[in-house]
Amino acid sequence: MFKIVEKEILAEGIKRIKISAPQIAKKALAGQFVIIRIDEKGERIPLTIVDSDKEKGIITLIFQEVGFTTNLLGELEIGDEILDCLGPLGKSTEVEKYGKIICIGGGVGIAEILPISKAFKERGNFVIGIIGSRSKELLILKREMRQICDELYITTDDGSYGRKGFVTDVLKELLTHQSINSSVHRLVYAVGPVSMMKKVCETTKVYNIKTVVSLNPVMVDGTGMCGACRVSIGDETKFCCIDGPEFNGHLVDFEELEKRLNLFKEKELCLLRR
Amino acid sequence: MSSQKIICQLPEERIKNFNEVSLGFTEEQAILEAKRCLGCKEPKCAEGCPVDIDIPAFIRFVAENRFDLAIAKIKEKNNLPAICGRVCPQEDQCEIKCVLGKKNEPVAIGSLERFVADWEMTNERKETEQYSQSILYSQQLKVAVVGSGPAGLSCAVDLAKFGYRVTLFESLHKPGGVLVYGIPEFRLPKSIVSYEIENIKRLGVEIVLNTLIGKTYTLDDLFKQNFKAIFIGTGAGLPQFLKIPGENLNRVYSANEFLTRINLMRAYEFPEYSTPINIGEEVIVIGGGNVAFDCARCAIRLGKRATLVYRRTEEEMPAREVEIKNAKEEGLNSQLLTQPIRMIGDSDGYVRELECIRMELGSPDESGRRRPIPIKDSNFILDTDTVIVAIGQSPNPLIPKVSPDLKVNADGTIWVDSDLMTSIGGVFAGGDIITGADTVISAMGAGKKAVRSIDRYIKKK
Repeated sequence: MFKIVEKEILAEGIKRIKISAPQIAKKALAGQFVIIRIDEKGERIPLTIVDSDKEKGIITLIFQEVGFTTNLLGELEIGDEILDCLGPLGKSTEVEKYGKIICIGGGVGIAEILPISKAFKERGNFVIGIIGSRSKELLILKREMRQICDELYITTDDGSYGRKGFVTDVLKELLTHQSINSSVHRLVYAVGPVSMMKKVCETTKVYNIKTVVSLNPVMVDGTGMCGACRVSIGDETKFCCIDGPEFNGHLVDFEELEKRLNLFKEKELCLLRR
Repeated sequence: MSSQKIICQLPEERIKNFNEVSLGFTEEQAILEAKRCLGCKEPKCAEGCPVDIDIPAFIRFVAENRFDLAIAKIKEKNNLPAICGRVCPQEDQCEIKCVLGKKNEPVAIGSLERFVADWEMTNERKETEQYSQSILYSQQLKVAVVGSGPAGLSCAVDLAKFGYRVTLFESLHKPGGVLVYGIPEFRLPKSIVSYEIENIKRLGVEIVLNTLIGKTYTLDDLFKQNFKAIFIGTGAGLPQFLKIPGENLNRVYSANEFLTRINLMRAYEFPEYSTPINIGEEVIVIGGGNVAFDCARCAIRLGKRATLVYRRTEEEMPAREVEIKNAKEEGLNSQLLTQPIRMIGDSDGYVRELECIRMELGSPDESGRRRPIPIKDSNFILDTDTVIVAIGQSPNPLIPKVSPDLKVNADGTIWVDSDLMTSIGGVFAGGDIITGADTVISAMGAGKKAVRSIDRYIKKK
């Protein structure tokens, strides 16, 4: 059993919980995730490990209440327990020194880009952050991102905070400028909705900048056993749970990923209606 | 005297539920069947058993109505009789060697094993309890077993009996490995697996769930925790795909995913259980092994039409005869001598058609079965809305991937010496992880064999 020791509402429908999971906390690195199952009748879902405290034996998870299980998780309070938690899973982020890099987070993906930005910053990179959400109410972790990033740009779709528009608008400008003042960006790292990651990759492809994305397909076991999470990377099929979750964004078949993510939408509605 | 007829759920009834198909022998039937045994002086049946059960001896006890002694005799060698009685391919192992089988039906050894194991479950088990109490005192030295499938379970039990303190690590939330995620309820009720696992806990084995060795702990971590040896029994869990176009379309599943959703996560009880399965009405299962049949029969129980697509003929199918027969009774269709070459989807990314090519059999290949050869220009289309790929599993690559010192063979199996020790001292491996996908009983045999090596290794140190 894994006890919830802290809980916080970050935005409408986005929550942060801290769970006591000492062994996972000891091993977790940026980019990795856990699979949780709330109770005996529950499904297994993957969630990114946003932070881990080795001394206290605690991991932090941030999730958006988009489906049955995330809603159920959101209803749990401090002191409640989660039945199963397996991790840390997936490969960790390859944190190297590149120089100047851009870290992009969209929506709840900001929760994931935060530890990655932190890891790159600690490795001595100059980190430019771009985060965006639909509106001011849904924007999370701007304070934390500001602390980490050397530069931070914020966008909202409706213009209620920061700049009106999309993260890719800012990205395009930064990349256009780099060719003028020759300050080259070595890496773009993006986490967020599939459509956002796809647009980011289309943009960076033009400039031939290495681009890494963290994918979020459906998973069951998370250990390479079922293949629910298979994604097309170039000519190859990869299992996101053990080969990922990070991939070269320029090789990802985002359309396929988007379609595969729709597979259980109807079933999800059926659960939510109960 | 002919073999006793086992009562089964009728096909028209059993396709509406996931309950066990075979109901097993009654006491009277078991005794009558046991009395058929000739008690050969040099019994051939025992030679066919991968774990060396003294088959004539246990059968004699059944014939004498001493079921307690019969189960004790089996348990000298086999730790999971209720499971083996159900899923062992006895027809290729012990029963095939029975001399009665030359002219008539062989003695139904598997069904007798199942009978006495089930008998024990409904009766007291004082003896095993006393037994376990006495060995618990001796358990001092720690040994880690990785993976709680057939190899790991059988290894853990024997280690405990040898007086070791065993911790069994499992990545999933339930112990049992393929016995719980793979083999469906109607062939192996999960209550039986839990019963056997409870027995194992009584022997002092500690089971730690939600722990993926290689990630949660490395092999080094385990040695640092003072485990004197490690047994890797992580099995063949990596699903193979055909590598043909369209395989990542929606409603194309690996057998593992399909079965895991249904068996482990109980998607057949959705939405009571919240793991869904999204399948259409025309399910195609590709493959000819037990796993393929398990998938097809699950689909039938979910109210769907199921068709098996296999590239050879029924004769070459690796599946057990009884399962092929059961599946046919349940309405399974088949397209034999058929090789899929492409999956075609609609604009939403859902599979709609399976393009196939007809095959003919040529000369035998390395497996001894006749090699299927494509017939030119014989392409045709099968309409479908769900495809399950059940063409086999490869060894689980996770531990080798994160353990650079662990030597791996070209086919992904872990290299071991004749004592089942890997290239890392004190780390042993057995079961599907060293052989590739094989039977439950051969994995159990490997688990037992490893115990003797582990014991020698620790005592030598």
